[in-house]
Amino acid sequence: MTFLPAPVLSATAAALCVVLIFLVPCAAAGLSLINAGLGRSRSAAHAMMASLCALAIAALVYFVCGFAWQGFPGQPAHFLMAGGKSWDWIAAQPFFLRGLKLDGSPASLAVWLQMLSVGLAALIPLGAGADRWRLSAICASTALLAGWTYPLFAHWAWGGGWLAQLGVNCGLGHGFVDAGGSGAIQVVGGLTALAIAWILGPRRGKYSAKGMPSAIPGHNVVLVVFGCLLAWLGWLGLNSAGAILFTDADIGRVVLIAINTTLAATSAGMTAALITRLRFSKPDSSLTANGWIGGLVASSAGCALLPPAEAIVVGMVAGALVIFSVEWFEFGLRVDDPGGAISVHALSGIWGLLAVGLFARFPDQASGQLLAQLIGIATLVGFVLPLTYGLNWLLDRFYPQRVAPEGERQGMDLHELGADAYPEFTIHSEEFTPH
Amino acid sequence: MKLAGFLLLLAGWAIVLAAVAMLASAGQRTIFVLAGISVEILGLALVARTHRALPEERDKLPADRLRGEKA
Repeated sequence: MTFLPAPVLSATAAALCVVLIFLVPCAAAGLSLINAGLGRSRSAAHAMMASLCALAIAALVYFVCGFAWQGFPGQPAHFLMAGGKSWDWIAAQPFFLRGLKLDGSPASLAVWLQMLSVGLAALIPLGAGADRWRLSAICASTALLAGWTYPLFAHWAWGGGWLAQLGVNCGLGHGFVDAGGSGAIQVVGGLTALAIAWILGPRRGKYSAKGMPSAIPGHNVVLVVFGCLLAWLGWLGLNSAGAILFTDADIGRVVLIAINTTLAATSAGMTAALITRLRFSKPDSSLTANGWIGGLVASSAGCALLPPAEAIVVGMVAGALVIFSVEWFEFGLRVDDPGGAISVHALSGIWGLLAVGLFARFPDQASGQLLAQLIGIATLVGFVLPLTYGLNWLLDRFYPQRVAPEGERQGMDLHELGADAYPEFTIHSEEFTPH
Repeated sequence: MKLAGFLLLLAGWAIVLAAVAMLASAGQRTIFVLAGISVEILGLALVARTHRALPEERDKLPADRLRGEKA
């Protein structure tokens, strides 16, 4: 069997990892604020409450069974023989983290980081399902994500699974590389967002009888932009800790990682601002914020391996991709994604994975890296999307995920929580009234 | 149509898996992986097409709203 070796961390690297992982909840806080800000004011409290619930359910389910499927390199796993080679397809760890020493070892640090990362992935679909996704359905869908979809792909990419083995088994570069989670966190979350948007359908009043979308702007841009700044801090920790734990980056690389993360985010944000300025004569703040997050997402996969100039290119492409794809989803595909989660997380994440194959510089350059990245992307689109759609479709059959029409009209805050986020402001526009 | 789209997505992934497990030459493997991705794109296009929000979305509006409009 071809076991990938477990990484070895010095005491200093482990201590640094601890500090970096402490920053990751900032990314969760940032995404929550962005989701709330881009939704309607009458669903703002619901959006924040949903974030709390998603984070809680994700951590609990990951503790119960998520890590058992995901595992860590060098730990027990199930293998399949194909083409004369053994392929690691799922971990064989006990449930409830039994037998794992939580003592600062690389595996224990990975569990801690993953418990936060799975929460981050669970927050992403909330942006796509805003204003119409029931709270209890959010909890059930999050359990499916944290218990099945996420751990399976994370094992393949990070737990010594078959995608990580592509380098050893097939001579494809260093195998599938995803240091900070462009694929395992962002694309998995983004594709789940797409599945949710498809299953729920658009918000009422979003499309006219002729299929033309009407603008339903976010209710608080300040929350959105502050969320971006918080997410930047969180991403610095996420990318650095991920690179140390999953790609054996030495601690000296943290400086490069921080610089690349910052350059990708800033260049993506500025590209988005410039494009919206050119197209609409004024820069659009919410699209600029989405571009910024798109840059962070794209930076994750290759943060430890890209030269800074290439990180800028990665960010610029991500910023442009977000702007054009948001429009394409809304007008062309008629997908109602209030938070832009599909463009920001799924498409930018795929671009970040591809960028590793195009621009990454490894200490020992090996051919076939681009093909390894393409195989990872094909797995996300060809397996993870049907899996997450199928699980959520089944859930929807037995337990409808969309709120009743009355609830959508009333607002999610009042309907599901019994109180508005902004009780002083009781007047809001009514999309259902003919003008 | 939706089911066919998802089956195409899975079929594309199966082609990629087969290329990884069964082919040794780098050239052949690349061609098969690209072919698998093309099949996936086809499947994705099909699924996206079946999910486009239809104009009859209007018909799903609550009954009281429709009554109000007629009045």
